[in-house]
Amino acid sequence: MTETLKPDNAAQLREAILWAVDSATPLELMGAGSKRRLGKPVQAEMRLSTAGLDGILFYEPEELVLSARAGTSLAVIEQALAEKRQMLAFEPPDYGALLGAAPGQASLGGVIAANLSGSRRFRAGAARDHLLGFQAVNGRGELIKSGGRVMKNVSGYDLCKLMAGSYGTLAALSELTVKVLPVPEVTAALVIDDISPDDAVRAMNLAAGSAADIGGACWLPEAVAERAALGRPAGEGGPALVIRLEGFAPSVASRLQSLAALLGAAGPARTLKDEAARALWAEINHVTLLSAGPGRVLWCLSLPPASGAEVAGALAALPDHELMLDQAGGLIWLSLPEGGNDQAETVRAALAPCGGHAALIAAPASLRSTVPVFHPQPQPLRALSRRVKESFDPHRILNPGRMYGGV
Amino acid sequence: MPAPHQDVLARRAEIVRQLSRIVPAGVIDSEAGMRPYESDGLTAYRQLPLVVVLPETRDQVQRILAYCHQEKIRVVPRGAGTSLSGGALPLEDGVLLSMAKFNRVLEIDYDNRCAVVQPGVTNLAISHAVDAEGFYYAPDPSSQIACTIGGNVAENAGGVHCLKYGLTTNNLLGLEVVLITGEVIRLGGKHLDSEGYDLLGLMTGSEGLLGVVTEICVRILRKPETARAVLLGFQTSRAGGETVAAIIADGIIPGGMEMMDRPAIRAAEDFVHADYPLDVEALLIVELDGPAAEVDYLLEKVEHIARDHGADYVRVSRSEDERQLFWAGRKAAFPAVGRISPDYYCMDGTIPRRRLPDVLAGMQEMSEHYQLGLANVFHAGDGNLHPLILYDTNKPGDLDKAEAFGADILKLCVEVGGVLTGEHGVGVEKRDLMPEMFNETDLAQQGAVKCAFDPDNLLNPGKMLPELARCGELRGMHVRGGKLPFPDIPRF
Ligand SMILES: Cc1cc2nc3c(=O)[nH]c(=O)nc-3n(C[C@H](O)[C@H](O)[C@H](O)COP(=O)(O)OP(=O)(O)OC[C@H]3O[C@@H](n4cnc5c(N)ncnc54)[C@H](O)[C@@H]3O)c2cc1C
Repeated sequence: MTETLKPDNAAQLREAILWAVDSATPLELMGAGSKRRLGKPVQAEMRLSTAGLDGILFYEPEELVLSARAGTSLAVIEQALAEKRQMLAFEPPDYGALLGAAPGQASLGGVIAANLSGSRRFRAGAARDHLLGFQAVNGRGELIKSGGRVMKNVSGYDLCKLMAGSYGTLAALSELTVKVLPVPEVTAALVIDDISPDDAVRAMNLAAGSAADIGGACWLPEAVAERAALGRPAGEGGPALVIRLEGFAPSVASRLQSLAALLGAAGPARTLKDEAARALWAEINHVTLLSAGPGRVLWCLSLPPASGAEVAGALAALPDHELMLDQAGGLIWLSLPEGGNDQAETVRAALAPCGGHAALIAAPASLRSTVPVFHPQPQPLRALSRRVKESFDPHRILNPGRMYGGV
Repeated sequence: MPAPHQDVLARRAEIVRQLSRIVPAGVIDSEAGMRPYESDGLTAYRQLPLVVVLPETRDQVQRILAYCHQEKIRVVPRGAGTSLSGGALPLEDGVLLSMAKFNRVLEIDYDNRCAVVQPGVTNLAISHAVDAEGFYYAPDPSSQIACTIGGNVAENAGGVHCLKYGLTTNNLLGLEVVLITGEVIRLGGKHLDSEGYDLLGLMTGSEGLLGVVTEICVRILRKPETARAVLLGFQTSRAGGETVAAIIADGIIPGGMEMMDRPAIRAAEDFVHADYPLDVEALLIVELDGPAAEVDYLLEKVEHIARDHGADYVRVSRSEDERQLFWAGRKAAFPAVGRISPDYYCMDGTIPRRRLPDVLAGMQEMSEHYQLGLANVFHAGDGNLHPLILYDTNKPGDLDKAEAFGADILKLCVEVGGVLTGEHGVGVEKRDLMPEMFNETDLAQQGAVKCAFDPDNLLNPGKMLPELARCGELRGMHVRGGKLPFPDIPRF
């Protein structure tokens, strides 16, 4: 069995990486390990977990800032924030169930390293937009930092952006400082039943481009809508469009009205309030509505939102598919039976007319090692990405190959 | 600045000839013609460039950079030249690459809520282009009428609405970039998030050191239904600061939250006649935006909080004109201060908000020590301070004193947990202060990133980063042979 090193502090983390450099031992980097099955499998003789780097360093609600060691459990952080009625506005989704791990395991470092964000992404930004500063050990075994603890955080290159979404291929994060925001006073969801994908995308465009300031918009085809907590009798209602509104009570009430008027042509609308709206959104955000698990794979496509219906239409040709549109049409979740490179090419070809990228989020290791998990990059971008990798990890010991060959 | 390459200076005529081949009607090499380019918004620094070139197409930019790369000639990109940190300061042996002719809005895509523009388009022109349909581009630097979106990307420009709507980096979807080799990369597009490393995020705020931006896709937003502002006057800056904290602690994120101190209030009032109160130590402008129901509800809350914290002046805008007038004073604060002092030096530090009273007190002491006046405007929502140091170039020693004063302020910002720059960039101005914030290893990592893009250090050298290690030297620094047993690290 592969050994796992679990340093307790940044000094030990450094020591471990220096050893790996000296002995040319590639490391598989992880936080709590909840997303080990995301990305290409890493061929490494040793694992390095930052789960031992635990604890909130400071939390100042009035400054909207929290700092924690990378291994701190996300659940612990969310609990501390909830006590002050604050939250991570990028809504980190929990892919535990999708990836065959227990839910609730994620660490802050892992969420940031994978740049995971939820349904509010198009309005509130991604994890990358909320990372203010970090400390990490690069592949030379050096402790580095960038950013700060203030909202306008950057002097020099914004390395926070590079860290977010680098899947541990550049440096092992040890400390993170993130921006936090108030929890909305109320949450509501407007539901329009029986709506085609074309009408739904038109409605989402209209809503997202309106002053209603929506905080989520999602289209569920009939089979998926059947499983969702939409508060309707089984077997009735067809495909559903749901739009989330959040904020102060008088504001949400007023926006619900104007939004329903704006979307009048799309069909009669009904409203889910508070707990009902939040429960529905948890299902959407954590992607628990699509078939996953043995025999199935899950793709995630990012695309220009107005093209949502067109791309969904192209993907509908794939046998035994299930999908849903999130982020006002800008994100498609797609569940398919296990397939190989042909499937990857078909999925990615659907994006060719409009642009965007597709990642294979959940799949068995055998597939993830043969199919390009992340969208292939053209030259000279590919070469540049390699040079960026090299600038942090010249010996290629940190999660080699997890994102791309050479990266 | 880096010592000029004598061989490049000696080849000037040949370089001018080659550039003229690439851009036949777009090369300026006369001293008089180059004079307007000798400095940017940081006018204390001046230098004539080797030559100015104004390309009009991406192809020309590619050929210029490829040529400079091959001939090892330095290049300084320039937008409108409003940088306050000397980011666009020319180099004696450097080609000044003006992007001014890239001034077209290429596409407006309302369905996808974005606009594709060339880098020389001004910030305000983007909002104007989409205004009729009820949209706008959110980041609004006070210089928005003049500064270019390319310059905004390079400096990660902000404005008065950052707390709620973010800086430039939070409002970009895609970039087209020409690397120093002349190669073109496209980052992002009309979709969100990148497929690999977030190089779009890295490019933003990179101050022209990593590549030349030739096309930008920005997010546009629907204008809020209503916006109203309230002026709040306090007898101490501490009371003003505490009000800001209390508003945020109450779960309110205002569209804008700006603070001015007494000298800044007076200067702005004399200039713009916004009817600001003159008998307060601190004036806060809080703007709420959204549906009318929300704005009314929150205005009441804010007013309440302010009174609880000692506001003795409260005035809510009653019309759009009045709201604009509230802002006109704030947005004209720099030129207004320019009227009361022969020269001013604008600083740009960021601090944790709650340290404001300490920092203001510290700056007051410095002002007495250096015998130079000071006016303060403050993006209170996000902790970004703009102290304006008043001095007179014609008084011997004044400029040196102003610079020393400025450096002391920034050191204080870092000391209390802030950073050297909020939105104006490091440039030449703060380059040598970077070690106040970062140690050698941090800076070496920054240098290594530069090497990944521009190993010969040709793009805007001498800005942002102190002396760089040579790129080849960054590899294999720590290989020490023998194995480390790491006995203390738990393993499983
Ligand atoms: C009165 C006044 C008020 C200001 N208020 C604000 C404010 O509120 N908020 C704020 O953030 N800033 C403010 N600024 C600063 C300045 O306007 C911004 O930094 C602006 O983004 C600079 O844009 P520019 O087009 O003038 O760029 P320039 O000054 O020409 O260049 C700035 C930097 O960008 C690089 N650059 C320019 N174009 C490109 C390109 N196409 N590709 C690569 N690199 C490029 C240059 O090399 C340089 O390093 C203010 C300035 C003034 C004079």
